[in-house]
Amino acid sequence: MRNRYLKNVSTLKMGSEKCTGCGKCLEVCPHNVFVMTNGKSVIAQKDNCIECGACVKNCPFNALEVKPGVGCASAIIKGWLTGTEPSCDCSDGSCC
Amino acid sequence: MLDISMGREITINQTSSELTFRDILGSWKVRWGINRMNYKVEPGLYRIGNPDKSSPVFVSANYKMSFDSLRKELSGFDAYIMVIDTKGINVWCAAGKGTFGTTEIINRIAITQLDKVVSHRNLILPQLGAPGVIGHEVLKYSGFRVIYGPVRAKDIRDFMNAGMKATSEMRRVKFSAYDRLVLTPVELVNTIRPSLMIFGVLFLLNLIGIGPFGFVDFYGYLGALIVGCVLTPVLLPWIPGRAFAWKGWLLGLIWALIVNMFNGWPYAPQYSLLKALGYLLILPSLSAYLAMNFTGASTFTSFSGVLKEMKTAIPAIIISIVLGVILILVNSFI
Repeated sequence: MRNRYLKNVSTLKMGSEKCTGCGKCLEVCPHNVFVMTNGKSVIAQKDNCIECGACVKNCPFNALEVKPGVGCASAIIKGWLTGTEPSCDCSDGSCC
Repeated sequence: MLDISMGREITINQTSSELTFRDILGSWKVRWGINRMNYKVEPGLYRIGNPDKSSPVFVSANYKMSFDSLRKELSGFDAYIMVIDTKGINVWCAAGKGTFGTTEIINRIAITQLDKVVSHRNLILPQLGAPGVIGHEVLKYSGFRVIYGPVRAKDIRDFMNAGMKATSEMRRVKFSAYDRLVLTPVELVNTIRPSLMIFGVLFLLNLIGIGPFGFVDFYGYLGALIVGCVLTPVLLPWIPGRAFAWKGWLLGLIWALIVNMFNGWPYAPQYSLLKALGYLLILPSLSAYLAMNFTGASTFTSFSGVLKEMKTAIPAIIISIVLGVILILVNSFI
């Protein structure tokens, strides 16, 4: 059975005018978000996106945009408590 | 003129694709949270088999479990493993933090003098390192081309046999019931400290005459922990709904109903309605909170999604637990 998470939340955006269809995003995406259509990459399954930022970093043409972050509740709570950006701070053994 | 271009010595450590009993015991221990934050290998270059100048180079994190799961798939290969310094954190988490990253790779290539060890200019990275690595910048500054391998080390043989091509199946992260199960011990271990504090408080309340808190409270609480930390993660995709907190709450509610039914509700109640309601408010919320924390261990949650779920879940959990505690305390005074 497939794991599914909340719908319509991902901040992923594609600037298709910059996309050259190199296919790097299809290569690095761990959740099959993109498909190649008419020589350009298209966000096909946005709800699969976990905002890891792999596609954004590895796009040589800066066509993609996302607000990257960790999908980790205890990291977010810690961020709230300490007033810092939530980071997956595994060094105290709370996540990952 | 002074010649300072003296060659530094190139160090390559021998390793093997065989995992020893100690390696397996070590993995088992870190799964239970023992020595988990200090399970490291020395960064540097390692050889497996008898590699030469044309042998492939795999890049790994210096979390020992990452390194072990790679090398155990390389039996029969002649290859190099370049272990980069991720502070003992696994590939995915280190990539998220940026320690499995562009700069570290470029630096490690220079430190290990990889350009003198191999004649080709390809690096095979685990795909899950991609959130931390700008492939085209590694190429620009080191001359090495980044090739993203499969997500799972066990697909490496097929990946290499296919001429360093990953199928879309190899590119996808999965999260099977077994994958989820192995992550649950550490979730349980993390609850030990807060649990001991809660038991301490209940014990003090018993001492000063508010209570008594006893066996039912104990197994009710323990059950809610197991529901939140183990049962919900393992049954995740089969539980209706999408938010983790909701899934945990739902199973927790079933558990709270079972606890009350064990104690005779509704026909021959062993305790008052206040206490029964108290359990219904507290136990599912506890499971919900613990299940919500499993978002960090899961492979398919996003920051925006977790934030959205927390904005509803956290206030609901707090209100529910506070109300439940009030009911149970009031019950103790009657």
